[in-house]
Amino acid sequence: MRSKFKTEYMGRTVVTVVGLMIIAITLLITVFLVQKGAQTFTVLKYSVSQFFTDTKWDPFMSADDPKGSVGALTFIIGSIYVSFLALLFATPFAVACAIFITEISPKYGKKMLQPAVEIFVGIPSVVYGWLGFSVLCPFIAKIFNMPFGGEGLLSAAIVLSVMIFPTITTVAIDSIRNVPSEYKQASYGLGATRLQMIWHTSLPAAKQGILTGIVLGLARAFGEALAVSMVIGNKITIPKNILSRTSTLTTIIANQMGSAPDGTGMADSIWSMGLLLFVISFLFILMIRIIGKEREDKGAEK
Amino acid sequence: MNRNKRAKIADNIATIFLYIIAILVIVLLTSITVYLVYRGIKSYIPKYMSFSPDGLGIQLFNTLYMVLLSIIISAPLGICAGIYMAEYAKPSKLTDIVRMSIETLASLPSIVVGIFGFLVFVMLTHSTWNMFAGVLTLSILCVPLLTRVTEDGLNEIDQSMKEGSYALGATKWQTIVHVLLPAILPRLVTGIILAAGRGFGEAAALIYTAGLTSDVSFSNWNPSSITSPLNIFRTSDTLAVRIWYLKGFAINPDKYQIADMAAAMLIILVFIFNIGARITGRVIERKMIGSSAIKSKKKSKIN
Repeated sequence: MRSKFKTEYMGRTVVTVVGLMIIAITLLITVFLVQKGAQTFTVLKYSVSQFFTDTKWDPFMSADDPKGSVGALTFIIGSIYVSFLALLFATPFAVACAIFITEISPKYGKKMLQPAVEIFVGIPSVVYGWLGFSVLCPFIAKIFNMPFGGEGLLSAAIVLSVMIFPTITTVAIDSIRNVPSEYKQASYGLGATRLQMIWHTSLPAAKQGILTGIVLGLARAFGEALAVSMVIGNKITIPKNILSRTSTLTTIIANQMGSAPDGTGMADSIWSMGLLLFVISFLFILMIRIIGKEREDKGAEK
Repeated sequence: MNRNKRAKIADNIATIFLYIIAILVIVLLTSITVYLVYRGIKSYIPKYMSFSPDGLGIQLFNTLYMVLLSIIISAPLGICAGIYMAEYAKPSKLTDIVRMSIETLASLPSIVVGIFGFLVFVMLTHSTWNMFAGVLTLSILCVPLLTRVTEDGLNEIDQSMKEGSYALGATKWQTIVHVLLPAILPRLVTGIILAAGRGFGEAAALIYTAGLTSDVSFSNWNPSSITSPLNIFRTSDTLAVRIWYLKGFAINPDKYQIADMAAAMLIILVFIFNIGARITGRVIERKMIGSSAIKSKKKSKIN
């Protein structure tokens, strides 16, 4: 008989250690980002309120303003605008496609639309960015008569919406499919048309799942860097209208990190923005968990 | 009756509307790919596929090499963590923390992982941009994907399979290695291929870790030499990073044609991998179940 060490304990130890390693990596990322991101305020003594409320990001020291300013409000607003706009474009299409695949035509939906959507999850974001830059931007410039090219909020939002559309759709499909068929049959039994059944039964029952998909899409839009940077124009001003060029938290990191000397206000304020992104993506996870819990509680009641 | 009629008309209109949206989406998605591949082919000249500084051969090699290395690192870690989560972790605070960690890792924006990699693998090691830093950063992105695939697969396995194995006197670990893992092998392979697909397209995590250029001579295969393609401590740009570089920094006049070509190559790679993942998963499943089992499965479906 082989020893229990070989048949059980060794394997168990290995997988447990790896499980703990995952925590360690996450902790490490957290610690490093917090330490680096906090330097702006602890070592360089910029004020936190300036970071969140000032729109002037000019961390280069000049004669009249020896410290420069590290206001990140422009980027925060840019991120919020562009990702919510993308959500606004993508959600109706995503939910409509999910309904089509689950309720209207499962046969064609499953054979054609769903595989297409799943493959598009895998298309690299730079490719979307490149397509946006070389096709969408000239098109937008032509429509809206923009002499300096079509880069701006609208182009970025459209590119992002194409990127997050598959994310929302796949999650929504799963949740609509999981609605018990008894609900649907009861709805039909009461004389509802298919539209009434979808509107009053399927969608409300799948609400939490669809919401989860929307939050996941929002998280992806918030975190996308290069594709957005290729089409948003990268101007450090708050967007005046939907065609304005602007910047987001991610684009400023992607564009400026390489040229920022370590330990300066420029580099450290970029680290603070990285930390902010980390916190935001953690908040998205919490939101998804809360939505999931609500669903469980609801299920328990029934 | 009037109300019923109206409801029926509304139902028909909605159905037509949904059909239109579905067709629109399919047309949009296919035209995007077809157009990108078309532009790639249109701008093709043999020089772009070569290993010269203007060609994309180096980037293609780098992409495949880096993804392979990062899968070698992340697959064992991801699968082990998945096994731990599904089989050994008891419902406790600690398990909750691990799960939270994995979810956080999975949802981190890749640019944030990129600057973390830049800090830890480049700045703290006092090196410059290098391929190994990029590989490690990619691995951080791939581990949570593989963990989730493994965990989901193990959780869906029929309890009776485990019980059968225990009844034969196997320990938990033996059950995992000899019964459970083989049962989810098709899913694991699919998951690994899809994680590789993510690696191909990743650029934001690499621009500050693996660098934006490569200086390689394909006549030098000595891994310790800095210009050797095999050397893992040289700078190394992938196809995706190349597109970013060409759009933002390059000055050669035909940079947009090269970028078109790179985009088409990436799309084709993604398709090969997606379809490959589906087919491999199915083939392995068929081999493991055996043809007779598939037949009986089909029969039971008919019945």
